[in-house]
Amino acid sequence: MGNRQNVMIKGTKDGFILKLNDQCGYDVLKEELIEKLSVQYKALDDDHVISAKIEAGNRFLTEEQSEELKEIVRSQKSLIVEEIHSNVITIDEADQLIREREMSSIAGIVRSGQVIEVEGDFLLVGDVNPGGMIMAGGNIYILGTLKGIAHAGCYGNDEAVIVASQMLPSQLRISKHLNRAPDLENNNEQETHEMECAYIDESEQIVVDRLQVLRHVRPSITKYKGGM
Amino acid sequence: MGDAIVITSGKGGVGKTTTTANLGTAIAMQGKRVCLIDTDIGLRNLDVVLGLENRIIYDLVDVVEGRCKVHQALVKDKRFDDLLYLLPAAQTSDKSAVDPVQMKELVEHLKQDYDYILIDCPAGIEQGYKNAIAGANKAIVVTTPERSAVRDADRIVGLLEQEEIDPPMLIINRIRNHLMESGDMLDIDEITTHLSIDLLGIVIDDDKVITASNKGEPIAMNPDNKASLAYRNIARRILGESIPLMSLTEQKKTIFQKLFNFMGKK
Repeated sequence: MGNRQNVMIKGTKDGFILKLNDQCGYDVLKEELIEKLSVQYKALDDDHVISAKIEAGNRFLTEEQSEELKEIVRSQKSLIVEEIHSNVITIDEADQLIREREMSSIAGIVRSGQVIEVEGDFLLVGDVNPGGMIMAGGNIYILGTLKGIAHAGCYGNDEAVIVASQMLPSQLRISKHLNRAPDLENNNEQETHEMECAYIDESEQIVVDRLQVLRHVRPSITKYKGGM
Repeated sequence: MGDAIVITSGKGGVGKTTTTANLGTAIAMQGKRVCLIDTDIGLRNLDVVLGLENRIIYDLVDVVEGRCKVHQALVKDKRFDDLLYLLPAAQTSDKSAVDPVQMKELVEHLKQDYDYILIDCPAGIEQGYKNAIAGANKAIVVTTPERSAVRDADRIVGLLEQEEIDPPMLIINRIRNHLMESGDMLDIDEITTHLSIDLLGIVIDDDKVITASNKGEPIAMNPDNKASLAYRNIARRILGESIPLMSLTEQKKTIFQKLFNFMGKK
């Protein structure tokens, strides 16, 4: 193994790619990286800023290690680390990704005082009564009447939407935006509130509109891959 | 083994105690053995509504703390031949004098001797509520046709659904016909779809309910009163009979009938 290079540097038109061997010890790798970088770039012009990507292959890098490697590369004047790519993530990270992407569903009524929080999309088959609250990291779909509070994209996703068969919320929240139900001037309003969706428009306001506009304002919501 | 039914509402003043007293009376009138438990320790008044205040010797806290036997604390209602008993709450302690485990033991014990145990729950969702529901295997939620009461009922139903008891049933109390007809009050359909639990019965608001309570004679003993009939109907539904809901428009009909009668005479 002695002769094999642990750090390979490739040049592309977008910058350098640093390929790190994933079979050697971390300390060995670190030393070689420092050594290689100090040798190679003495001649470079100071003015150019070159981006570098680190490919760690099948090595798992802890956050401290990634920071350390970034620091080493950055300490060479003209290099910027764009990203560190590794084939390996922890089970926790993987679980987190799954939770953020999956749709949780509940059949039942969210009653006053009850709070339901999910990290991904949420499907409720039933009503949200006044005083009840749903929080989701992704979109919220309600097959029933929304009379309480719905908070979509609650970890800061402005693209999230809220859909309900009957939209009569006390509050709508998307990401950090909030919209309150209008104070009722007359109880017998003629407007229907059936099959509506709420999203954030260009002016950073939560708007409620017919469900049919959803595929135009949020085309990415479609995950269906079949022929259509 | 009898049934233990907790009567609760969340909000105060909707008629839990009145409902407990009247349902207990009405069930006893059907020939079943009933025991009423007042769990509103510190603010008891089920005994007053039943007119048994003067006969209290021991109370719930005395039983739980072992100062007396259960049967010593039970107050017998002499109007119903050995059928209706009350276990009164203590007036001197507070809700923390009893814990849910003790309540459960007590109710389990009483279940062997009685067909129905009605537990009158205090307002709120704190210690008193937790004590009241601890021993129950069924629940009745009382509400009035007001938004605030329905909101609290919704909260209570949500809490009850997390307990190991049968799905709660609903009684809508204090219905005022003219307000409901004019749309100034929530109507029955609105309330039942909102709470989406089974409706056990509706009770009309009647001044006589209050005068009867003040006299210590539950209105259910009165044979010709609409509220009394409502309580009796609910009692029979609890016993398993199927009885249609009382028609609210009856009064309206009588006005028309009067009119027709009047015109007929001419």
